[in-house]
Amino acid sequence: MLNNLKIMYHQGKQFIPNVTTVEVPGIFRGRPIISNVKINEDELVNICPLHAITKNPVSIDLGKCTFCGECAFAFPDKIKFTKDYKLATNERNGLIVVEGQDKPIDLNPKLIRKEIHKLFGGSLKLRQVSAAGDNSCEWELNAAGNVQFDMGRFGVEFVASPRHADGIVITGPISENMAEPLQICYDATPDPKIIILAGTDAISGGIFNGSSALNRSFLDNYKIDLFIAGNPVHPLSFINGILHLIKMRK
Amino acid sequence: MNYLVLKNNQRVPVNSIPVVKYEDFMETIVSGLMKDKGNHCVNYFGYNQESKVKLICCIADDANHCIYVLSAIVEQTAILPSFTAHNLSFEKFEREIHENFGIGYSDHPWLKPVRYPFNAADKSKTIANYPFYQIESEELHEVGVGPIHAGVIEPGHFRFICNGEQILHLEIQLGYQHRGVEQLFLEKKNLLQKATLAENIAGDTVIGHTSTFSKLWESLCGYQATPELEFARTLALENKRIAIHTGDLSAICTDVAYQLGNSVLGRLRTPIINYFQVWNGNRLAKGLVRPGKTNFPFTKELGKEWLEMINVYEPDFTEMVKQMFDLPSVLARLEKTGVVSTEVAESIGIVGMSARASGVNRDIRLSHPDNLYYKLNHKPIVKSQGDVLSRAQIRRDEIFQSIDYIKQLITDIPENLKYTNELSAPEPDSFVISLTEGWRGEICHCAITDNKGELVIYKIKDPSFHNWLALALSVRNNEISDFPICNKSFNLSYCGHDL
Repeated sequence: MLNNLKIMYHQGKQFIPNVTTVEVPGIFRGRPIISNVKINEDELVNICPLHAITKNPVSIDLGKCTFCGECAFAFPDKIKFTKDYKLATNERNGLIVVEGQDKPIDLNPKLIRKEIHKLFGGSLKLRQVSAAGDNSCEWELNAAGNVQFDMGRFGVEFVASPRHADGIVITGPISENMAEPLQICYDATPDPKIIILAGTDAISGGIFNGSSALNRSFLDNYKIDLFIAGNPVHPLSFINGILHLIKMRK
Repeated sequence: MNYLVLKNNQRVPVNSIPVVKYEDFMETIVSGLMKDKGNHCVNYFGYNQESKVKLICCIADDANHCIYVLSAIVEQTAILPSFTAHNLSFEKFEREIHENFGIGYSDHPWLKPVRYPFNAADKSKTIANYPFYQIESEELHEVGVGPIHAGVIEPGHFRFICNGEQILHLEIQLGYQHRGVEQLFLEKKNLLQKATLAENIAGDTVIGHTSTFSKLWESLCGYQATPELEFARTLALENKRIAIHTGDLSAICTDVAYQLGNSVLGRLRTPIINYFQVWNGNRLAKGLVRPGKTNFPFTKELGKEWLEMINVYEPDFTEMVKQMFDLPSVLARLEKTGVVSTEVAESIGIVGMSARASGVNRDIRLSHPDNLYYKLNHKPIVKSQGDVLSRAQIRRDEIFQSIDYIKQLITDIPENLKYTNELSAPEPDSFVISLTEGWRGEICHCAITDNKGELVIYKIKDPSFHNWLALALSVRNNEISDFPICNKSFNLSYCGHDL
């Protein structure tokens, strides 16, 4: 008993007081900024292993980007990755960063369904479906609930059954073998419900895009409420994305 | 001799691998090489050669630090005598060969599907209509779990057959995570794409798989990694081991409802993975390891920051694990739970930390050392009981060992050297096998190139490949309520298995 108390005392305060403003340690690669500097655009486009970069104007699609940073190493004057971890939006095109524009990625309030704030503003229970996810996003989603990030303080939690959930969070590029379980899980979630795509693999298929082992048809049939970029998604990207979605009023 | 003798990461012309008749192939492996207890099969796979299938088998000799490789060519329609009937550790390799090429085996005990790949020989079989093993009895009941599990983890199906609370049999069916990784290695032509693919094989083993891929690719290109690259890879492998083992100990505490251990060890993982973010901008170290180069040189400053970080971590960790391994309420749940005996471990060919917990001294860092491991004079930590407690103790002890190794490494940081090197094109008609000890165990990648230097086959074996069977066997005669703790104690990869 005394030992346990001693251990608790030694932990001090671990939680992050403000998850919306805290600075992440190190050289985290978050939202990039693309300058107007002229460079060889074809070379830049060819560097990207995920074909996330396009030219005229130069832009990076963060839904495809794996955040490896190769482009920024090759063209440091053109591309800089900032530590901005707010990488969530409710429009697929909202993840496209264009040259010469330095503006935060945010949600389009007009596209948020009315009931989301009303029903889920104080409590959101989510069912996570790893559909061929590589266990990195899953890891980070678990971390979002640990004592430091403590997503639970906002009433946001992962639950064991889709029947207890208000929505699903999909990670991974969605394999053929997971297509049916994903559909069953979605159908088992009571209405109204939301769909969140977490991570590059879920949003665009990532490096697996085009593989014959995938079946992404589920995504054609439903409206996605939130896209959160990252490979993997940082816990702070996830928490901030969710908070924007459920706290924002139309 | 019927076989070729290779070193880890050594490149050889593919036609130097002896091709022998299947009978001799089997005789040499089953009655010859595998009779030696220090030998185990690190990879056995097939690939299409014209209308036939070429089988390549790689047996690692741990005592002599070498790998024996031999091959045989068989018809797709062949019905062959199985290795498995003589040596159980081949059971999954042969199931995979059967699944991919349709080759039959006359005496294989159970040609159960491995992962339902998109390019399977028999496409009429789907994961949804898989007939699970059944036992008819009024006294028994089945419990089905998955593919989607209660927690935030990857999918897989567990089917228990229980007598009351006791598990008689557990069948594990995987394949839900199959993304066609091996095929993508052939399709993605750009090296950076291949490296990105390697780091997405298993997101919890980013360093392990990318180091293995990088070593293999460098060998194909005739390039020897510089000491500064090897330094970074060794350090990253050990730091990753600390991070994952800490998280696993936290998860073990969760499953015995020891809340304090769960919270404290869970939060102690954070500074270790945040260190990767400090070093290379990604908490899981994606982007750090690349063939022939790194974008993130390890500096003296980074060495200092690591020491500062670990000096804060170590006292808290030591205090916490001391308490955890002293508590009767924790020990009662871990001791004699989920036992894998040494005999079983050897017979099914398990690897890594799980093998060492069962008294099998199997560790690539010792037997086929690469990177800077030869400098560290590695002594594997081995336990004998093979229960959940042993697997927990191994994690605790390996964390202290890894801390010690990194402390040794950073006394001598190579600095201001060349971190980017041009790789030439891969050599044509070559074969390379690469082995690395990741935190979970031995990772094996094999590659063969054609006459233009393009990949013909890229074969990956994650440590989970064999170890899933160990989990299934470990829970027999245990209470079903102890399944989660057994599962956590192995912490196996679904995506690494399904590829």
